[in-house]
Amino acid sequence: MSTLRLYVAYISVALRSDLQYRASFALTALGRFLITMSGFIGLRFLFSGFQAVKGYAYADILLCFAVMQLSFALAEGFARGFCAFSSAVRRGEFDRMLVRPRGTIVQVLGSQVDVGRLGPIVSALAILIAGLRIHPATMTPLRLFALVTMTAGGVLLFVGLFMIGAAICFFSIEESSSINVLTYGAKEHGKYPIDIYGKGLFRFCTFVIPYTLVQYYPLQVLIGHSDRALYALYPLGALFFLGICYAFWRFGVSRYTSCGS
Amino acid sequence: MKKYVSFFKIRFQTGLQYRASYVSALATQLPWGLMECLAYVALHETNAAAFPMELQAVVGYIWLKEAFLVLFNTWNADNDIFGMIIDGGISYELCRPISLYDMWFARNAGGRLSTAATRCVPILLVALLLPKPFALTFGGSVGTALLFLAAMALGLGVTIAFCMIVYMLCFFTLSPKGLRRVLVGAVDLLSGNVIPLPFIPQPWRRVFELMPFGSMQNVPFRIFTGDLAGAQMVSAMALQMFWLIALILLGRGVCALAQRRTVIQGG
Repeated sequence: MSTLRLYVAYISVALRSDLQYRASFALTALGRFLITMSGFIGLRFLFSGFQAVKGYAYADILLCFAVMQLSFALAEGFARGFCAFSSAVRRGEFDRMLVRPRGTIVQVLGSQVDVGRLGPIVSALAILIAGLRIHPATMTPLRLFALVTMTAGGVLLFVGLFMIGAAICFFSIEESSSINVLTYGAKEHGKYPIDIYGKGLFRFCTFVIPYTLVQYYPLQVLIGHSDRALYALYPLGALFFLGICYAFWRFGVSRYTSCGS
Repeated sequence: MKKYVSFFKIRFQTGLQYRASYVSALATQLPWGLMECLAYVALHETNAAAFPMELQAVVGYIWLKEAFLVLFNTWNADNDIFGMIIDGGISYELCRPISLYDMWFARNAGGRLSTAATRCVPILLVALLLPKPFALTFGGSVGTALLFLAAMALGLGVTIAFCMIVYMLCFFTLSPKGLRRVLVGAVDLLSGNVIPLPFIPQPWRRVFELMPFGSMQNVPFRIFTGDLAGAQMVSAMALQMFWLIALILLGRGVCALAQRRTVIQGG
């Protein structure tokens, strides 16, 4: 409970400091909104010529794109502190977190709350609503359930990846950006259902990093290609993945040696 | 002229220092390019008739985009310059008896070229060695290669001239982060970074190609891949020259205006 109160306090500090530069804050949110939107417009332009790819219609791709953007935006908004963790280690900020009588994770998360991240969340939601409206399949409780688990599973998966990226900083600051290909890469290329990329990549995205559990399988239910309720539960597998990431983080913390003054 | 060459050289040599970052950039950009190629190959398999370019040209375009990312991106602008505007370091720059615009232009070109010079080699090498639909291929003549280089230079000039205007606008707002993001979000799409411009339906495509952003990476990459040739190429390069001159003149104007109203606060 006190952890939650602390997190809320972090948010309010961040909000107040952002509002000191009102115009810039508004422009930042607008800019992030535009970046997601430019991805959407690109997709729309692309599919004005193609209509479909490998059995997926434009409406299917749009839903896939929107859910991935939404879960990434939510994860990034919440776990931004992990993304910027390398500089916290470099500046010795993490030492200060360790001596405070609070959990390290809430402090890391709270250190980088950025309210401007609402921009991409809003644009992803708008695209999602538009996608649901143009999608021909009728809305059923199962599809809705798949939508919710898919988004939540995506958030968990991305948070887990951010956590690994941060934990890598305990071992090597130089390599910490190498996680980007798995996070930003998935956000960018996850707009298409993973099976269009071929078998090899599909296996990698199932057994190495479980992207298919939060994207391909629930998507089949969401777009009405399958009625298997089990597929809508696959995203829960991301919880297991997050557990592994958390174990890695703990391991990293236990091995942490400060890099100086 | 000599002093601007020195600013170019200083930035070029600083850029070469960061070798470790290339390894991680490479580890990101190669899979990135490959994924993008895979997506276009899947689109091509589904509906080859709707392709506005040859598949090979699209693949080539993607690899060139990855290889020369740092030359044409507008988001990774020279952060030192923004820093100077905010923390007042600009006062030292203004003391120098040289043109602020030209000095920053030279710095920016040096920074971009040095990073690109080392980064493009491994990406291009891998792209050339990949198996068929994913390989970067060049079927043109020596003349095409020279025109490609000329268009690259013009495209780089247009990109930097555009970034210069963004720098100058930061004199008018204290926290430039927001302004940059808005411009960057738009440029990404307009310059053909999200999807190559030929994939954009008419009449939008025509509009995008006429804008200054269509004169950045769009022209050289399409000349290299053979998508842009003949009279179309000549007019595209002429448009590049027009935008280069127009943006430089505009940037100089804003620069003069910004310098006139700059107030250095204490220190």
